[in-house]
Amino acid sequence: MKRLPLLLLGGLAVAAVAACGGKKPETTPAPAGPNADSIAAAEKARADSAAAAQAEADRRAKEEAERRQRIADSLAAMGHTTEAVKTLLATMIHFDFDKANIRPGDAAILDQKVSILQANSGLRIRLSGHCDERGSDEYNLALGNRRATAAKQYLVSHGIDAGRIETVSYGEERPIDPGHNEEAWAKNRRDETEILAGGDALKQP
Amino acid sequence: MLMGVLSVYPSHRLAAQDTSAVDRGVRIGLTYRPGVRPGMVVLPGRGPALDSVRAIVARDLDYSDRFELITLPSGDSLRVTAIAPAAPPRSPAAAPARSGGAAAAAGLNYPLYQALGADFAVTLTAAPADSQVVTVHDVTGGGVRREFRVHLPALTDPGFRMAVHRLSDHVIEAALGVGGIAATRVLFVMDGKVYSIDQDGADQRMVSSSDHAAMSPSWAADGRRFAYMEFWEGHGRLFVQDVASGKRTAVATTGQALDFTPAFSPDAKTLAFSRATEEGTDVYTVNIKDGCCLQRLTVGRFYDNLSPTYSPDGQRIAFVSTRAGLPQIYAMAADGTDQQLLAPFDYGATGSSNAPEWSPDGQSVAFHRDVGGTLQVFVLDVRTRAVRQLTSVGRNEDPTWAPDSRHMAFVSDRSGYRQLWIIDLETGRIRPLLQKSGARLPAWSPRLPETASSTP
Repeated sequence: MKRLPLLLLGGLAVAAVAACGGKKPETTPAPAGPNADSIAAAEKARADSAAAAQAEADRRAKEEAERRQRIADSLAAMGHTTEAVKTLLATMIHFDFDKANIRPGDAAILDQKVSILQANSGLRIRLSGHCDERGSDEYNLALGNRRATAAKQYLVSHGIDAGRIETVSYGEERPIDPGHNEEAWAKNRRDETEILAGGDALKQP
Repeated sequence: MLMGVLSVYPSHRLAAQDTSAVDRGVRIGLTYRPGVRPGMVVLPGRGPALDSVRAIVARDLDYSDRFELITLPSGDSLRVTAIAPAAPPRSPAAAPARSGGAAAAAGLNYPLYQALGADFAVTLTAAPADSQVVTVHDVTGGGVRREFRVHLPALTDPGFRMAVHRLSDHVIEAALGVGGIAATRVLFVMDGKVYSIDQDGADQRMVSSSDHAAMSPSWAADGRRFAYMEFWEGHGRLFVQDVASGKRTAVATTGQALDFTPAFSPDAKTLAFSRATEEGTDVYTVNIKDGCCLQRLTVGRFYDNLSPTYSPDGQRIAFVSTRAGLPQIYAMAADGTDQQLLAPFDYGATGSSNAPEWSPDGQSVAFHRDVGGTLQVFVLDVRTRAVRQLTSVGRNEDPTWAPDSRHMAFVSDRSGYRQLWIIDLETGRIRPLLQKSGARLPAWSPRLPETASSTP
């Protein structure tokens, strides 16, 4: 259907040349006008170009989809990382009875917190100190305060800005194990780490 | 006559010591000697609510630990027998004619009650205009010691019990010339809330009003206000609450740190407290009258100072300090100068000592100390610096003085779980105040001021 107007146009051009043929010899070659071959070639090129455009569009769409998928994938991956980092950050450190010094084994846990804080400069945390039920209720608020402060001092001495760390004490008011034995007490003598700000997307250190 | 009574009453402080594990729960110590205290009988009264009044008064007098309460084998029959020789036979119709205490007094058979061991007798009589007449008889002297007319609120009135407690204190004052502890309450903490309970274990009610976990209630010396601490986002905020209205005020200049253990100065103008910061814990004072003038009394840096308690003259503050390693009891002038050790200890041997409270008479400081891994209540004689252990059964902690400076409430797990107990230092008698698990940090009130509805 598309070809019909082109053929008609070509036929009219031939007829016009023939009509004024009295002055010029018949042998004069006709100027290079459209013929069937050229029309077909043009037509083919045109068709090819349309197909190419179509393919290009398809490719772009595909790329866009892939890009979107990549973003989604990386977002999910980032979420996983954030969760993993959060879990790492929440690791508690523990203390001996009536003591507030960092145990040698717990220094590695604090080193992890240092790395996380270094890798995530927008992160702000709160350290809370806790005690077991054996000591005096009110004295334990002071002891828990010492425990939270001890961890903060460790982080600050490893290069973390003091302004990024808040400390609080709950004494023996928030046990995580309600038992009345050494196993429970050992769990309850602890520092917890809580995110105050900047914890939406955390980078792996 | 009074001297005769007092001569049989032990005037020196007996060394009450909780040494007997066998008598767990009821009367402990070797020094409980029945019979050396004056005998007291509270006779049944006739009239509206007088049975309840008699029961409460008799229990208050018993809990004062200053009398031997004499129980009548079967109240009414004995009473009739006792009164019959001196009074004409009575019928219910004739009863109203016996209004006024004088008639009752005239009818009391003193020799009989003396034979029963009574030194004092109390009679309760209904009087006109919904009032009651209370008569304190000196049985040995054979006469009336004092008689007073009271106007008790109705039995259903919320002020009824406290009005009767006040009556009991009047009876003790009339008999012995000393102040009682019947009209007092104990504040304590349970499940993060502050509660109040009458000293006889009745009328427990919650007095804290927020969802924030609370700790460390403490009374003002006038009994009209108390202070306590609440956790707010990890900070400790201090509040002062009015007893009558229940309204509370946040203490100025606190709220951004961990402030705890509030303690009123005797004039109630100043609140001393502990403040925990990254520098450690130190004792501060703030003027609560004008809401200003925060002062730091201790500078610990490498050790903690906490739990202040004023001497009743307001001159000294006892507190806990870890300057020697473990927490021990120290004292300083009220402005923070002249800090020195108060309760002696053996370095390296004596356990942690905490929770000091200065007695209302100024002579003693009670505290608890770690003994072999558990806590025991100790009392320090401020003048001689002698320390004696008061308890030994179970874990005993957080002592608080009654206004008579001879009774003390504390937390003990001697019955298997932690609950509130009251001990009398002079007789060694011990009784449960509240048989509920989880009650802690008690604060015994001063004698509570009278309210209009219960003025005798």
